[in-house]
Amino acid sequence: MELSLATRTVAEHTVLEVGGEVDVYTAPRLRERLVELVDAGARNVVVDLGRVDFLDSTGLGVLVGALKRLRAANGTFGLVCSKEPLLKIFRITALDQVFPIYPSVEAATSATDDRDGGGSAA
Amino acid sequence: MATVRLSFSPAPVHVRTARLVGVAVARRAGVAEELLDEVRLAIGEACTRAVALHRQYGLPDLVMVQMSDSDSYTVSVIDRAPIEASVGLAKLPPDELADEALTDEALTTGVGFALLAGFVDDLQVRPVEDGAGTEVRMVWPVSRPPKQR
Repeated sequence: MELSLATRTVAEHTVLEVGGEVDVYTAPRLRERLVELVDAGARNVVVDLGRVDFLDSTGLGVLVGALKRLRAANGTFGLVCSKEPLLKIFRITALDQVFPIYPSVEAATSATDDRDGGGSAA
Repeated sequence: MATVRLSFSPAPVHVRTARLVGVAVARRAGVAEELLDEVRLAIGEACTRAVALHRQYGLPDLVMVQMSDSDSYTVSVIDRAPIEASVGLAKLPPDELADEALTDEALTTGVGFALLAGFVDDLQVRPVEDGAGTEVRMVWPVSRPPKQR
């Protein structure tokens, strides 16, 4: 229900695990945490949406903001999402063409490790 | 005649309440289980839009949500913002979504409208009949057993 945020490091990537509902009320907390991570020097950030059960346009706006911030800092930003209802949201908004979306944290961290490798995330 | 009517002050914290009520009434009305996630998202987007407009214009007025389940499930979300505020509703093309020049507000508005249009087959955005404001009207089919004679 409530938003939960937890950070861990995997293969030199900062992985932010998000759970609960990301909406107009909780999205500012997600934004704050992402800004803190980038300000603290994180440059390869993966947001794991595996435990998110609701995501709205405000949450999507926060994720785009993080993508822009990391792009400006020569960093990388990826999402982990395998739930069909959430994937549909990315497709409908065309944001699946903006974010790299991976099925697992392992796929996300190895893909951004090897960005020139051309391997498929799935 | 609305089955359930809900009014809330334009604060983000109440949008979740509107979503919960909207889905509960939809379930009772007989909206198919597989549509409920979309109902939840669409009602949330419509209410988020209304709250954003009231805050943008400094309006303390309540946002109204009306739910009716006569032949279909109809949800109307009514704001009291000036009509011209609704003109900005437009779906953004993919190459503009992460454009540096696009403000967070414009992005969220565009994405919110894309979600509404994408998830609601029967969607109308129209001026309210009396005074300032816009009604976002969303309709979903209901399936329920035929009434007993």
